[in-house]
Amino acid sequence: MSRSGEQHRSPVASHHALERIWETKPGWGRLAAVNHNTVGKRFMLTAIVFFAIGGILAMLIRTQLASSKSAFMDAEQYAQVFTMHGTIMMFLFAIPFFEGLAIYLLPKLLGTRDLAFPRMSAYGYWCYLFGGSMLIVALLGGVAPASGWFMYTPLSSSVYSPGINSDVWLLGITFVEISALSAAIEIMVTILKLRAPGMSLDRMPIFAWYMLVVATMMVIGFPPLILGSMLLEMERAFDLPFFDPTRGGDPLLWQHLFWLFGHPEVYIIFLPAAGAISTILPVFAGIPLVGYRIIIAALVSMAFLSFGLWVHHMYTVGIPHVGLSFFSAASALVAVPTAIQIFAWLATISHGTPRFSVPMLHIFGFFFVFVIGGLTGVMLAMVPFDWQAHDTHFVVAHLHYVLVGGFVFPMLAGIYYWLPHISGRRPVQHLSHAAFWMVFIGFNVTFFMMHLTGLRGMPRRVFEYPPEAGWEVLNFISSMGSFVMAMGFALIALDFILIFRFGRPFRRNPWRAGTLEWAMPTPPPSYNFASLPIVDRRADLLEPDRLGPLLASGQGYLGFTRNGRMELLGVEIVSGRPEQVVILPHRTYLPLVAALTTAAFFLSILFKLYWLAPLALAATIIVFLGWTRDTALNHDTGLLAIGHGQALPSHIQAERPPSWWAMVFAIIADITAYVSLLFGSLFLWISAPNWPPQQGLEVGSAVPFAVLAVALGTIVLAGRMASASGRCRAGWLYLAVLAHAIAAAILVWLALFVAPDPRTHAAAASAFVVLLYAALHHGIGTVFAGYGIWQIRKGFVSDKRNLDLRLGEIWHTYSALLGAISALFPVLLAGLISGGSP
Amino acid sequence: MLAGSILLFLLVVGLFLATVFVPRFGRSISPRNWIIGGGIFLPLPILLALTFYALWQGEYLLRGGGGFPLQSPLRVEAHGTMWQWRFSYPDIRGATPTSGTLHIPTGRTVEIRVSSSDVIHSFWVPRLAGKIDAIPGHTNYLRLRADRPGRYGGVCSEYCGTGHAGMRFVVQAHTQEDYLAALAEEGGR
Ligand code: HEM
Ligand SMILES: [Cu+2]
Ligand SMILES: [Cu+2]
Repeated sequence: MSRSGEQHRSPVASHHALERIWETKPGWGRLAAVNHNTVGKRFMLTAIVFFAIGGILAMLIRTQLASSKSAFMDAEQYAQVFTMHGTIMMFLFAIPFFEGLAIYLLPKLLGTRDLAFPRMSAYGYWCYLFGGSMLIVALLGGVAPASGWFMYTPLSSSVYSPGINSDVWLLGITFVEISALSAAIEIMVTILKLRAPGMSLDRMPIFAWYMLVVATMMVIGFPPLILGSMLLEMERAFDLPFFDPTRGGDPLLWQHLFWLFGHPEVYIIFLPAAGAISTILPVFAGIPLVGYRIIIAALVSMAFLSFGLWVHHMYTVGIPHVGLSFFSAASALVAVPTAIQIFAWLATISHGTPRFSVPMLHIFGFFFVFVIGGLTGVMLAMVPFDWQAHDTHFVVAHLHYVLVGGFVFPMLAGIYYWLPHISGRRPVQHLSHAAFWMVFIGFNVTFFMMHLTGLRGMPRRVFEYPPEAGWEVLNFISSMGSFVMAMGFALIALDFILIFRFGRPFRRNPWRAGTLEWAMPTPPPSYNFASLPIVDRRADLLEPDRLGPLLASGQGYLGFTRNGRMELLGVEIVSGRPEQVVILPHRTYLPLVAALTTAAFFLSILFKLYWLAPLALAATIIVFLGWTRDTALNHDTGLLAIGHGQALPSHIQAERPPSWWAMVFAIIADITAYVSLLFGSLFLWISAPNWPPQQGLEVGSAVPFAVLAVALGTIVLAGRMASASGRCRAGWLYLAVLAHAIAAAILVWLALFVAPDPRTHAAAASAFVVLLYAALHHGIGTVFAGYGIWQIRKGFVSDKRNLDLRLGEIWHTYSALLGAISALFPVLLAGLISGGSP
Repeated sequence: MLAGSILLFLLVVGLFLATVFVPRFGRSISPRNWIIGGGIFLPLPILLALTFYALWQGEYLLRGGGGFPLQSPLRVEAHGTMWQWRFSYPDIRGATPTSGTLHIPTGRTVEIRVSSSDVIHSFWVPRLAGKIDAIPGHTNYLRLRADRPGRYGGVCSEYCGTGHAGMRFVVQAHTQEDYLAALAEEGGR
């Protein structure tokens, strides 16, 4: 019964009871895993496999460049290899690896049992695996993308890349990005809502702050790329000329969209690594991190600045010099928050009593390599210097100093630090030092030379160079260095395996850390904490050795099981006061099924089976709806006891449960994509050649607009009435379905039959996509409303249990707003066109 | 810039090693001073100076180097296609277009109008000037100036397909006296 929990059980009994609920089943059951321990480790392991593949490609590159007229690869093969190397390293290694680390660690650092949406993390993992595999299969089949990792169009357009190579990139990466975006939303909600009681924002472990900032950046930074990829795919598949200069498109639009994502991306990759350093370094310094607050301020300012820097990748496209200097100054300015962090770390060491150990060795590698990368970065931020160095091997050297220094070394430190947590064993130290020095020396030999070849004029992405250019010796040294580095990485991999095989087990907290992840048995049980801790100070000053046994014996919150449900606590965002009992859905195969139908969707577009795509999409939506049944309740419940004599409502009856926040963040991401689309169209009007279009933009007459306005008003009203208490909720929702359908129909009609043929000019294409964007949202609106009706029928809704209707209301209002703006946008565009070009 | 960078690099790595290995190193400096000093007062003046110097240097390069030119620059056109550069000379009557070799006079600023009709290329003569992209649908301008006659190698520096590595060209600088003759000879061939 539901009160079974109040009496205490022995730690072993409570372990078995919890494990039965939270664990991943063996055998086929693994495919149903949703637990963050499993999913986090899968993310990291898969990312390491992709790193190995990317590394092998890097060795192929260096073999090719070791001599001037190498016959090892031809130009086409080389293009596929460097494109895939960059793409794999950025999208399939770096981002998923830190996501995996965050998925594994965050619930532990925050003192809770899992992430906010375990099924979403499982779905994200499968999307990542399938999307990444698409790219690898293409590589093996010799049809990998070949236009460079930033896929500049027109080279990547259907005219100059007629095969499916570019489609593989656009669709595969978008597929993977879905997983990154959902992980980002999940991480934000988890950090904001699912912390241990008493952990106010200013007590959070610093890693959580880093990840909160990173996840926010991802929610804003990824949509422009997803949008850009969709536009380019539409140009390739349906001939909508967004980037074609002969029909009012502009290749520069792609560059802006790409780098609007691409620059923040660099910080998105760096910050989690910096977060790992901020967590590890104080442990080895033996004192708490110095400058906690100023570091947080530095992070936030870095996040803001990073969205204002993208043009420094475009100094040579012909933007006026004065404009460039603003971006140059902003780029230089990012050095300040970076320096603040570096000096906070130095201050921490200097005020502590440092110990040296393998993780610290890698942190030394970080200091050495990253500082060089940062300094060359400041050089490149200077416009005249970049005019020389842009697109040469100097840039290749710079970006590897930043990425390997700012990501690979800190993450190696992190792996050495947390591997005992994952494996329950301490490192055997013999190999670790030798392996580090091989990587470190190999790396510097490889990439230092590239600064020199770059300054001597060697462009990047060339598969051969003239012998008389005098770059051969440097390139040869560089290639030798890279083989040393590769052997170093092989040794590190061996070292990891040895830790699992021969490491000595330990009792608890081997590094004497002060964070919560060590207040649990290692390897960790699936539920992390047998009872949830109470945090009364900054969460890196705790005593895991004292807390661990206490929590294991059930003395924290929720130290029991109730009805076989997966329960944890939701807190008030700022204060960390417990506010609700969050009930998570159980393990299931549905995320895998949903990822498979999603894969079917992307594959049907890739192979141009357009009739299949809507079916796959519909199947995906149906599977998604099936997810929610696990936690639905058909009766109101009272307050639920959480221990210590306190009781809280379940999240289903709470005002602001995690899913409410997830909805808000998802809409923010959606708005970012939409705004990028609108500004993209306006950018074309300002910058693209062949404007205004020959044919004016027809925008429709008053009657459909009036009907649309009524439909949109009805949607807002019906959404509100349905979630407010009352008898005829279902009636309002039927009205909402109808109004959404009418709105969608009008928008589609405007797009297809009123606006001019979108293939004729980018202006028409923009109007077309803007209208369809809104129509799609109304389509989803009918799903929301229909789902509400179904829930009411099943008795899952009451005045207290109206969460899904409230989520629906947010969507209804938002889609109505989109509908209105989208209908008016072509009018605005037509006005601008007839007003002449600017 | 190079010397400054080496200094800063040695400073940071040196500080790291010192704080780790020299007991009590830097203990007398408060954490606050560490952060404010190293994180703000150290980089800001350097960055400020560098940014303004770069702005000034950029303006100088945009003029094509040298002082303010008295003569109007000589206009030439560079058109990139997959995978060669074609050059034409609108300011010189009767000059035939050349491909693969751009002829310029010495001692005079040359303004190059850079364009493309297929994919993006980038015009770069490392020893004479920075690079500028050739973007279909746009025209960009680059000024450069050779003070001594001779051959200057040029490359395409934006990846433009399988012929990218071979998309090289030569800038041939002639003295003012030889220049017209060289162009005429090119046309005669
Ligand atoms: C393991 C050692 C590595 C070696 C030896 C290596 C080598 C190289 C080389 C030689 C290039 C230039 C290819 C060319 O322009 O012709 C390159 C490009 C690149 N590398 Fe690496 N790399 C390594 C690791 C990484 C890592 C860890 C990352 C990122 C996390 C990375 C990201 C990139 C990117 C984004 C490019 C640009 C690709 C493009 O031009 O489209 N690399 N790499
Ligand atoms: Cu950047
Ligand atoms: Cu090229």
